[in-house]
Amino acid sequence: MRNMFAEALYREATENPDVFIVVADISPVGNMAKFRTEYPERFINVGVAEQSMIGICAGLALKGCQPFAYTIATFSLYRPFEMVRDDLCYQNLPVTVVGMGAGVIYSDHGGTHHTMEDIAIAGAIPNMQIVAPCDPAEVAEATRWCARQRNGPVYLRIGKSGEPILTKDAEPWAFGKLRCLRRGSDVCIPSYGVISKMAAELADRFAEEGKSVSLFSCHTLKPLDRDGIAAALRQHDHVIVIEEHVPQGGLAPQTKQIAWDIQARCRLDTFTLQDRFIHNNGRHHDLLADHGLSLPAIWQRVGPG
Amino acid sequence: MINSFDERLARERCRRYRRRILDISQRVAALHIGSAYSCTEIVDCMYHGLMRRNADGSSPDTFLMSKGHGCMIQYVILEEHGLLSCADLEAYCTPGGRLGVHPDYGNPGIEAATGSLGHGLSMVCGMALAERARKSSGIIYTVLSDGEVQEGSTWEAVLMASSLGLDNVVAAVDNNNFQSLGRTSETHPSFYPLAEKFVAFGWEVATVDGHDSAAIFEAATGREGGRPFMIVAQTVKGKGVSYMENVPIWHYRAPNKEEYYRAVDELETAQ
Repeated sequence: MRNMFAEALYREATENPDVFIVVADISPVGNMAKFRTEYPERFINVGVAEQSMIGICAGLALKGCQPFAYTIATFSLYRPFEMVRDDLCYQNLPVTVVGMGAGVIYSDHGGTHHTMEDIAIAGAIPNMQIVAPCDPAEVAEATRWCARQRNGPVYLRIGKSGEPILTKDAEPWAFGKLRCLRRGSDVCIPSYGVISKMAAELADRFAEEGKSVSLFSCHTLKPLDRDGIAAALRQHDHVIVIEEHVPQGGLAPQTKQIAWDIQARCRLDTFTLQDRFIHNNGRHHDLLADHGLSLPAIWQRVGPG
Repeated sequence: MINSFDERLARERCRRYRRRILDISQRVAALHIGSAYSCTEIVDCMYHGLMRRNADGSSPDTFLMSKGHGCMIQYVILEEHGLLSCADLEAYCTPGGRLGVHPDYGNPGIEAATGSLGHGLSMVCGMALAERARKSSGIIYTVLSDGEVQEGSTWEAVLMASSLGLDNVVAAVDNNNFQSLGRTSETHPSFYPLAEKFVAFGWEVATVDGHDSAAIFEAATGREGGRPFMIVAQTVKGKGVSYMENVPIWHYRAPNKEEYYRAVDELETAQ
């Protein structure tokens, strides 16, 4: 995903001289290096100083530029939180804060590098918009949108590397709209971000059992497509939300709220990270499994029989 | 473009601004009067000496009040410039008014919302970068409080401004040696010396009497350039009203009627 982000941003920077990227000492991958070489005036490395990363982006935006702040998610959102809140959200500036490697992708780096609460935290701030693409192709769409929008700040939550393409046969991407990747009628699985791969595997599993399955990318977490989720709850017998985020403030509780509001009659299951830190030095999938996010664990709860 | 400075006129303006702030103080229970008086000459010099003016009054330069709590001086200057109205000032801190204790982005002449300290200098760096990338000559002026220089985020920006070679940044620290819990030199002795710290971080620095308008002007216009410029302005909190000077309670308190008349007398008779 980060390579695709760099590629898409480079393309935008080529077309628009107001596109800047401000990074915090993170090694330039792929086309980030090309951006740095070709547009040195618009590639700023603040070093290990994330508060100034956000403040500098705010200053650029106050002068009409379209800046992106980029580093590992926990350092782009948590460390400079008050700058994100005051400089970007309170002033409502079109700055994109890119949270790279969000969730527990930085698995064996430990809890200091895990971003398990970012949707709740970013989503609590007025004016903030949140986009979490499900695959590299969606990252490209979202990056392009972020570079052209003037609504206000965006938290762009992306993965790192090696994510498969899930959106080959999907309908077109549109900000703020639930995106249908597969259309069915029995079971519906909304997810977002890197863990959408697990949602797709679960959909395959249901299909093997003869079920008709819908798979959705809920890439825009704020504003949430409440109408789209309400329709999904009405049109399916069973809805299963999967997200790589603590139980508070993410897609799962918001889906439950919508279900209550519309008096939904379907079965609704949610699978999230748990409300506890992870001490597991394994790989990404090991950490997810530690919190019950694995295909066998989910299948055991939602599969037939 | 006009870029000149008359010391006598500056003195008159600063007297007028202090008096206007004093008048507004009678409408509210509290305002940061001591903080505004401390940086009156600095802000006046930036607006009326250093920032270049086009014939229509606009400027290619930018002023950002990093010590947001000192914004009363900015409000009264913006009123004189016609960007804020008399009615705006009279409605200070009222439910329908647009002006509050701290500057709010979106109000005329206010470049950023800086109520929280330690945010201004990074935004100044971003603005300066934008000017440079567009090959514009715009200079960004800012005033920091000395307390604000205790914020780690300020030092991130100090490091970045010089590392990026932002010679279009001109900053001043309103070094009145006072913060809420007392004299900074007593509560945080290692805070001083200050000028040497900025020099060590790659800035060009001048230390001046922060109530000597001509000295501020000459220091800024006489700078070598090629890197960001910091004025360490030695100031007196509450400057201009004897009973306010260096007395912490006047950081925020508004004078009562008797105190008001005493202050008016002092301002009127001051040389």
